[in-house]
Amino acid sequence: MSGSMPQPAEPGAASPVDPVAPIDRTGGYLGPNVAAAVGAASRATPGRWRLLLRRTTFWVGGIIVLFWVVCAIFGHLFVPYNPLAQQLLVNNQPPSGAHWFGTDPLGRDVLSRVITGARDILIITPLATILATILGTALGLAMGYFGGWFDTAVSRIVEAFLALPFAIIAFLFVVAVGASVGSITIIIGLVFTPLIARTVRTAVLVERHQDYVSVSRLLGERPARVMFGEILPNVMPAIVVEFTVRLGYAVFAVVTLSFLGFGIQPPTPDWGTDIAANYSGLLAGYWWQTLFPALAIASLVTAVALVADSIEQVLNA
Amino acid sequence: MTTDQTSSASSALAASGPALIVSNMDVTYRVRGQDRLALRNVSFSVGRGESYGLVGESGSGKSTAALALVRYLPSNGRVSGGTISINGLDPLSMGKRDLRRLRATTISMVYQEPGRALNPSLRVGPQIAEVFEVAGESSGAATASAEDMLRKVQISDPGRVMRRYPHELSGGMAQRVVIAMALATSPSLLILDEPTTALDATVEAEVLDLVAALRQEFDTSVLFISHNLAVIAKMCDRVGVLYAGELVEEGPARQVFDNPRHPYTVGLLRCIPRRGQRKDRDRLDTIPGFLPTPGHSLSGCVFAPRCALAQDRCRSEAPPFFDVGELQTARCFYHEQAPELPRATPSSTPALATDGIGGPLVEVDKLSKTFGGGVHALAGVDLTVHRGETLGLVGESGSGKTTLARVLLGLIAPDQGSVVTLEGKPLSPDARRRPREVLRALQIVFQNPDSALNRRHTVRSLISRPLTRLAGLSGKPLQDRLTELIASVRLEDRHLALRPGQLSGGLKQRVAIARAFGAGPDMVVCDEPTSALDVSVQAAILNLLADLQQQEHATYLFISHDLGLVRYLSDRIVVLYLGRAMEVGPAETVFAGPHHPYTEALFSAVPSLDGQRPDRIRLQGEIPSAANPPSGCVFHTRCPRRLSTGVCESTEPPLLEEEPGHLIRCHIPIAELRQLQLNEPAPSQGGSA
Repeated sequence: MSGSMPQPAEPGAASPVDPVAPIDRTGGYLGPNVAAAVGAASRATPGRWRLLLRRTTFWVGGIIVLFWVVCAIFGHLFVPYNPLAQQLLVNNQPPSGAHWFGTDPLGRDVLSRVITGARDILIITPLATILATILGTALGLAMGYFGGWFDTAVSRIVEAFLALPFAIIAFLFVVAVGASVGSITIIIGLVFTPLIARTVRTAVLVERHQDYVSVSRLLGERPARVMFGEILPNVMPAIVVEFTVRLGYAVFAVVTLSFLGFGIQPPTPDWGTDIAANYSGLLAGYWWQTLFPALAIASLVTAVALVADSIEQVLNA
Repeated sequence: MTTDQTSSASSALAASGPALIVSNMDVTYRVRGQDRLALRNVSFSVGRGESYGLVGESGSGKSTAALALVRYLPSNGRVSGGTISINGLDPLSMGKRDLRRLRATTISMVYQEPGRALNPSLRVGPQIAEVFEVAGESSGAATASAEDMLRKVQISDPGRVMRRYPHELSGGMAQRVVIAMALATSPSLLILDEPTTALDATVEAEVLDLVAALRQEFDTSVLFISHNLAVIAKMCDRVGVLYAGELVEEGPARQVFDNPRHPYTVGLLRCIPRRGQRKDRDRLDTIPGFLPTPGHSLSGCVFAPRCALAQDRCRSEAPPFFDVGELQTARCFYHEQAPELPRATPSSTPALATDGIGGPLVEVDKLSKTFGGGVHALAGVDLTVHRGETLGLVGESGSGKTTLARVLLGLIAPDQGSVVTLEGKPLSPDARRRPREVLRALQIVFQNPDSALNRRHTVRSLISRPLTRLAGLSGKPLQDRLTELIASVRLEDRHLALRPGQLSGGLKQRVAIARAFGAGPDMVVCDEPTSALDVSVQAAILNLLADLQQQEHATYLFISHDLGLVRYLSDRIVVLYLGRAMEVGPAETVFAGPHHPYTEALFSAVPSLDGQRPDRIRLQGEIPSAANPPSGCVFHTRCPRRLSTGVCESTEPPLLEEEPGHLIRCHIPIAELRQLQLNEPAPSQGGSA
């Protein structure tokens, strides 16, 4: 996959050529047009990623994600209050000039908690998804490539696993190993592994019947080389799409765990935990304690979905 | 320019007024914000009852022309100039409703893939009946009409076919149903876009016969679009040759093909192996250069950059149509010199002494392969490939030719009892268990380079891999061999850094050939290596294969459904039918005859540019299923020469050596076959399909 990439065209300039290489009519002869034809085709390849930058959805999603990343990394530097500081005299305050998002029952600043609440989610989510993608890709490649009884057996296990509700599996894990950033990452990673494996397997099944796989058998290539050197690069687009889609679900999964109390433990600021702690206050009219963390969740999930969607559109174009 | 073009076209027409007049039509596609002309200034007409052929290679714009006529262009395409008149009506100015009526009553289209023209979730009967219902018949009458129509397209049991779903029909049967639907409303113009390209030779012959007969019966005008010059020659009264979106030559079909006057037509015809051409005597001519990129803006003649006759004038001034013969026009200033167009590739073969054909290299004994569900893809095939020869493997789809290749290579395991030997040593049925030396000896060039070349690797790594894996090369020797290889397949250094997606079809196939030859194989299996390529590219690849054989003393197993190619390249031929070798022999002997009745049928089925052979025999019905092959001789269900004694139905004939080196699997003695095939045209016999 190394090798020199063809030189990209001037950015922004509309490519004057068709992405499809012209048909070779040379006969044995390679005329001067070859250079033009070849150059034309090579300019088209990196264009896919440029197409991504042209999509509004990608920009909107990307900027929101970036905003939360900044909050997660630098949020503690610019929060108006210490998110853990309790001011019992000003508890349950509605949004005001002093507390833009109001305060919670312990008098903590909701805005500060929402900003710093991004941190654990943005650590767990990508790590868990990367873990799931690595394991799922390896498993899916093996299932698709070897087929036969191995595929059948693993497929049945995957299906059985998928039939169990996510919360139950997570609950069992947390009870067994305890809730921490590390354990939640591993739980979500493992739960998502079969889903990714299933997608990768499907993509591999398509590739496995391509003639280049037969060719590598005729070259005496080992299975690992065929899987990782030949097939994997061709299923990468499917994996990238699956990764971004899973990222959105992972945000949701972290929040769900926190909400159920199996995730990030109080008093660490966290959107799911805070909603769980405060939603009973809705009845008393303290809507800001629930609404703002909920909006944060919604914005992050939506933003990741927008990015995922635009990547999928570009890769499948 | 346009006036003499239109007048020459219209002079050919009967007084009744043509069914289709296209004048000065431009078609534009808008791609990434830019307009590109796909067709420019195209004018032609189809007279009433006439059959007009539009021929061209891929990218010439022939399908665009067909879509434009009925306004089926994709949303980014439009007719940007000129006029169209169908039966005196102008589809370009019509509203939706009128257009719908026009498509329903006046004009019909048949496409390449019959499977895609039929609704897979509806039975065939209601789909045909619907056409009649749209035309105003009651549902009962429509069903009766549908049945009637199916009978007209020679479907012997219409009732049964009407209850089928499209996927239950074979390709030939489905195409007949589509033709039945197209003719249901007695359209005045029938557009056929590559209608037989997806079909086997014997089925193609039948469908073409059917179209010809129906044209007589319905008095329909036909616009026949094809890349296959021989099919056009057989089916059409007049022909127009399209190149890069322009019509370059037009005239009566026979006349254009016998006496072409545009350099492109001349070059195209020279790319096709003709009767009598052989790899050891002749090289095919080629057309240098490339098709201009779509939307090109050349000031002069579109063909000038590739034309050996081109002068300065051709590059600055677009040539008009010249009358070059009776009703024949060519868009070339130098049409008088066109027949003497200098060759792009010398006709003589490189003066290398061939070492001749050596001893047996690969031998196959009682090779059988049964797939799941009892499909007998191969049933007891014996054959020998000698060192240095090309063994041609001919057969229609389902004959087992690709299975045979894959078994030889160890990609599919044969049934127990099958033996494949390389220089006398038995080979493992699984490539993974074969030693490196055996892997090196047997390599393959697949049909479709898009599938055979990993699109994520560069040309360099694709070609180097066998050199490291099988020849054990690295460092300087590897670089040297790489340089030598790409030179011998006529690629250049700059191609090494590219990926397959950046190469054209012909260049991709060269990469695949270089890879197969990399480690110095003893035998290369060529599985339809040119069937995905255009004619002019095919010629170059065939020349390359012939040259490599001389230089590297390679042995080929050449698989093709195209008899012309097999004849050009092969020393010996094996004809497969339903997994059995029906005839084996030296190429010239097999072609000269006497042949097995199936071989005979194949020869009669394939249209030829060298005048039509007398249609001696026609097969009817479809190739039987390999899961349930007929008893006795597997060919008896379609054999026009079946013996009345019943022996063909009961006993499978052995493959007997009738002449030295010439084996035929038939109950009829060779002397009698010779007699039959020389004298009397066999009666066309209905197979009990």
